[in-house]
Amino acid sequence: MTNVIEVHELTKRFGSVTALDGVSFDVAPGEVFGLVGPDGAGKTTLFRILTSLLLPDGGQATVLGCNVVKDHWAIRARVGYMPGSFSLYPDLSVAENLEFFAAVFGTTVKEGYELIAPVYRQLEPFRDRRADALSGGMKQKLALSCALVHRPELLFLDEPTTGVDAVSRREFWDHLAVLKSSGLPILVSTPYMDEALRCDRIALIHDGRLLGVDTPAAIGKRFTRPLVRIAGSDRYGMLCALREHEHTASVNLFGDSLHYTDSRPDLSGDEIARDVTSFLDGRGFSDARVEPIEPGIEDSFMSLMASEAA
Amino acid sequence: MSAESATSAIEARNLTRRFGSFVAVDHITFDIRAGEVFGFLGANGAGKTTAIKMLIGLLPPTEGEAHVAGFDVRTQRLEVRRNIGYMSQRFSLYPDLTVRENIRLYGGIYGLTDSEIRERSSSLLERLGLSGSAGDLVARLPLGWKQKLAFSVALLHEPKIVFLDEPTGGVDPITRRQFWEMIYAATARGTTVLVTTHYMDEAEYCGRLSIMVEGRIAALGSPEELKRQFGAASVDDVFVQLARTTSEPGTAA
Repeated sequence: MTNVIEVHELTKRFGSVTALDGVSFDVAPGEVFGLVGPDGAGKTTLFRILTSLLLPDGGQATVLGCNVVKDHWAIRARVGYMPGSFSLYPDLSVAENLEFFAAVFGTTVKEGYELIAPVYRQLEPFRDRRADALSGGMKQKLALSCALVHRPELLFLDEPTTGVDAVSRREFWDHLAVLKSSGLPILVSTPYMDEALRCDRIALIHDGRLLGVDTPAAIGKRFTRPLVRIAGSDRYGMLCALREHEHTASVNLFGDSLHYTDSRPDLSGDEIARDVTSFLDGRGFSDARVEPIEPGIEDSFMSLMASEAA
Repeated sequence: MSAESATSAIEARNLTRRFGSFVAVDHITFDIRAGEVFGFLGANGAGKTTAIKMLIGLLPPTEGEAHVAGFDVRTQRLEVRRNIGYMSQRFSLYPDLTVRENIRLYGGIYGLTDSEIRERSSSLLERLGLSGSAGDLVARLPLGWKQKLAFSVALLHEPKIVFLDEPTGGVDPITRRQFWEMIYAATARGTTVLVTTHYMDEAEYCGRLSIMVEGRIAALGSPEELKRQFGAASVDDVFVQLARTTSEPGTAA
């Protein structure tokens, strides 16, 4: 089967700013593909080009086999797009918004109901409420319903979970898993590294460039240095102390611990753990617990970002 | 003032706010110690923003009371505001003013003298490595720099307490950590920090945290205490246990 999205050397400039700098990747049928990166990385520019709302300055892209420049009408009818900013009519009710989007695409809510039901069912008790009176999580569910009501062949979700609490984010990804199981391919962007784990493949994006395209597990494996985790009561104290350690390559806050890499190339994780333990003990951090660990996506992202900058 | 309150940066007692029949904040009671990083967590609509608005003197409580830096949020609103800093992800700096103009503006609002403003601007710019960009419009700064500048500006008048409302939203993982190191550095100088975040790894960075559910504080303690209490591996798991399947606000009545 052919890819649902093919992007080759895509470039977009705004004045002196290069928003996208030679971006290339493909999305396979049925795949949930994540664009993971911070604000300003180029995610929204990429979505706008792929949904035919913005013209690229260089490179090519096809969506469902259609060229994003020449075949824009065909693309718009066949994809669903949930933009990053709230895209609904605030003065219309929940039901009216949904009916409006169905009508624009020449269909009815009834025809699209099966696809939107798992998401929309939670909204139905509020069908007469104005969209601007909904909570953040509910607005997001309505926006997703509106992007799905015409039964698109491909779904674009630009930062659907930004500003949404951790529980609503999980529920949203549970909905995406249901949509994926129906065979719908999804391109989704997020600034949250933990959400990358729920994608089949991800692209790490920073300053308009892709730092890597692979499965989440394989991206984690790109981090090749031995990594140790340091736990203890005074994390900030240990962080400051390790910044003065002559063999520190990197040391970062990581949830309830610190992640550390050593500048000496030949040491194993266990040797590094022993060395760091005795260093911290010498600085008075006697409760430090140090152990080698497997790196995750965020470790990889940070190390790829740092090597880009270097 | 009691002996205990001398070391409390924030004291809330049965703090309550109703909007019509809807109870947005429902008798919350907590203390935040001076120099602490306190995480103020909750699902969207749980009442965090309403509680913060009461603590910074923007919204009068319907019931209960709160003291911030020793001042009553109901009767001493001006004193409260002089002693706090506030930074939000959504709005902090004026994009059409330059870096230096923003610092000047906020210094003036907070009542600093011209010489204080000059002195603190240069040390602030130097610390952030922004001296070369002092004449640039804030709109042109990368997001991470904007956030770090906004935090420094919120500290310009050396407030006792700073409120940070989702300060790191959308920021890359390296800058997020630099931001947290700035928070720790501020608390090492004695500043108290109240912070909201949707990043659960950042919840682990806090000394203590509260989790609000439907207007009430459903849990309060250090990340370690909460994980033990709820038998959870992470604060994320604690949060999910507490906040899952809450109803849409405004439908109960």
